[in-house]
Amino acid sequence: MKKRNGLNGHTILLLITIGLFIVLYAGGCIAYGSNGFTHLQTFLNILITNAGLICVACGLTVVMLTAGIDISVGALIAMDCMMLAVGMRSGIGAVPMMLLVLLTGIAFGTFQGFMIGYLGIQPFIVTMAGMFFCRGMTAVICTDQVSITKEINETFYNLANMKINIPFGGYTNKKGMYMTPYIRVTVVVALLVLVIVYLMLRYTKFGRSLYAVGGNAQSAAMMGLNVKSIRMRAHMLCSVLASIGGICYCLNTMAGSVSQALGLEMDAISSAVIGGTLLTGGVGNVFGSFFGVLINGTISSIVKTNGKLASSWPNILTAILLFVFIVIQSIFAAVRNRRK
Amino acid sequence: MEENVVLTARGITMTFPGVRALENVDFTLRRGEIHALMGENGAGKSTLIKCLTGINDFEAGEIHIAGIDGPVKNHSTRDAQSVGISTVYQEVNLCPNLSVAENLFIGREPMTAFHTIDRKAYNKRSQKIMDDLGISVDVTQNLENYSLAIQQMVAIARAVDMDCKVLILDEPTSSLDDEEVEKLFVLMRRLRDQGVGIIFVTHFLEQVYTVCDRITVLRDGHFVGEYPIAELPRVKLVAAMMGKNLDDLEEIGKDHTDNAASKELEISARGLSHTGTVKPFDLDIHKGEVVGVAGLLGSGRSELARAIYGADKASTGTLQVDGKTAKINQPIDAMHLGMGMLPDDRKAEGIIGDLSVRENMILALQAKQGMFKPLSRAKQEELVDEYIKLLQVKTAGKETLIKQLSGGNQQKVILGRWLITQPDFLILDEPTRGIDVGTKAEIQKLILKLAAEGKSILFISSEISEMLRTCSRMAIMRDGEKVDELDHDLTQESVMKAIAGGEQNND
Repeated sequence: MKKRNGLNGHTILLLITIGLFIVLYAGGCIAYGSNGFTHLQTFLNILITNAGLICVACGLTVVMLTAGIDISVGALIAMDCMMLAVGMRSGIGAVPMMLLVLLTGIAFGTFQGFMIGYLGIQPFIVTMAGMFFCRGMTAVICTDQVSITKEINETFYNLANMKINIPFGGYTNKKGMYMTPYIRVTVVVALLVLVIVYLMLRYTKFGRSLYAVGGNAQSAAMMGLNVKSIRMRAHMLCSVLASIGGICYCLNTMAGSVSQALGLEMDAISSAVIGGTLLTGGVGNVFGSFFGVLINGTISSIVKTNGKLASSWPNILTAILLFVFIVIQSIFAAVRNRRK
Repeated sequence: MEENVVLTARGITMTFPGVRALENVDFTLRRGEIHALMGENGAGKSTLIKCLTGINDFEAGEIHIAGIDGPVKNHSTRDAQSVGISTVYQEVNLCPNLSVAENLFIGREPMTAFHTIDRKAYNKRSQKIMDDLGISVDVTQNLENYSLAIQQMVAIARAVDMDCKVLILDEPTSSLDDEEVEKLFVLMRRLRDQGVGIIFVTHFLEQVYTVCDRITVLRDGHFVGEYPIAELPRVKLVAAMMGKNLDDLEEIGKDHTDNAASKELEISARGLSHTGTVKPFDLDIHKGEVVGVAGLLGSGRSELARAIYGADKASTGTLQVDGKTAKINQPIDAMHLGMGMLPDDRKAEGIIGDLSVRENMILALQAKQGMFKPLSRAKQEELVDEYIKLLQVKTAGKETLIKQLSGGNQQKVILGRWLITQPDFLILDEPTRGIDVGTKAEIQKLILKLAAEGKSILFISSEISEMLRTCSRMAIMRDGEKVDELDHDLTQESVMKAIAGGEQNND
């Protein structure tokens, strides 16, 4: 009876990701402590900046678990932001517009999911078409950059600027003022999404079916699961989470623009991969993806704090990290196969 | 329906384009029996299984299941499961990335009041199921952490827990080692005693006699018969599978003179094997000798040849060619050592349909020379003409596309391909399959002629009679193992007994 005791490979991968984040962050604190890197607010800023990305990464983790992919999310977010900006400029309220964005996400995801699940078309192709469509529609709605100011919609403006104070971890600045650390609404939304998706993946039939479909779709079908429907719902969920992410993103940027969120889908995919989600499906965890986002955010933050490094460095570091993680994953896979 | 019958299939007929895969096949399964479904490759075992499990739509016939009125027709594996027919295949159809417990319960998990999965409950129930079946596993571990045998047992446990009355095991033991097979048998017997009817498909004769109660034999899509295990000794089983009746067999006279072969060794294999297909074997072939390889389809006949030729790189053992140790990693190495191999699947591995007879014939020689030394057109035509004449290939011309030729003539062209390379050692895998009697005789004569010229030949065939006519020695394959070698008293009966194994003495 061959049995591996203790941690399995996937848990180890997750721990490596978390460990790497801690090392990176500690490194940043040591190197740039005098620039304020040690302040809690630096960490909170990473969360604030990446709130939208966290939602998107959760969605991508869901489809990647079924061995799918969604590269339309970045363009969908651009379209969401443009819809919000133009909609509110023309006088529609913030709440109806946000609901409309969510409904668009559901409709868009349903269509993509139907093509992928029931018509059996490659997710990459379907969502690539979706990406072109959304990017194009963004320009159709408006080609200019539209800013959301206080005058355009006060509710949205207030929501974006609302500070939620944290009762600890503050510091006194050079002028002797006590700075209370804070987060934005978007962070609360992102963390809620994270926890809900985590619980869904772990404790619901749908969540477990995602793993089954990704592990072996044929087996899943033979065990009586409706693979087509599960695939479709996974892609629906991804688009909905991307739309939630789009609202968060818009609350951060307060603008709609054709070139917004370019390549965001790749950031989300790389975060998921660094977090231990396999592109081949069946293995992954949203917390891994969360730490993947944090790692990317920390790298950007370090480069920004340094101030001298070119802004292209985060890309290069992410590339190296991705490479290292993929190699580690394949080593784990190879070790497992040898044990069999 | 009889009292304890759980499943009857009557007159099942099923056609694939151009082939009648099953014709009027009957099958009966009783409660608490392990019933072997036997037949050579292509006999229709898998097709029958697929008809029972709803993967294939059969055209005629009826399936009845105990407790269900009227004939049952399944359209999917889910339908089959709902009437109590579950199947476990050689490749386990479970999700390796989920825990054992999840694999047992996915799609039918116990739920908590909050509509979430009750992990505790199903872990507990799973552990009980596995403990009851005597399988010691930790159900919270991922399935991929366990051996294939355990995975298979989990699949069986899932089937049993879903209330199956008929459990179909399709070649479950193919990738298990002996110890694992024994564990599987313990589980099968336990289920049988609980009243489950088990259909066991395997090509391992030994295993049938170890665990089964009854045998149904199919041949060429036809029902041959159903026998209690005690009434069908191995030799008769093999005869039933191969379609030979021992009583009718006549001793076929040999045309060739024995001991034409010299004492010099051409090929000497020691402990050669290929993991998963053929167990370590020793084989000597003298110069000018024709050695036959006999066994049922799937017994490792072709695999033995492929291991020698490097088509499957040998995992263990040594090979000497012409007295020198040879290292063969791939077929081209074997070709440089003067070997040639005519594969059994003419269409897939032999002919290239859209090339001409000339191009097909010249292929091996060109490959052997290397592509930077092209043969001149004149030389090609000279060689091709020579061999078309020698082999009496009936073709409109050397530029005719090979796919336009008949099967027998295609085979001659492939044979010509290898003869052109002037091999010292030629492997012929089923060279006469699917070709007419006249051509068969020609090829047999050619084999003897080549041997007389001092070439060594390894001859694989399903027709024992044609091997008896050409071979001076025969290696017997069973279950991927070379079990015997006959060099005198070569008769149809002795060969078939050797193929069947086990009971030479008491039958």
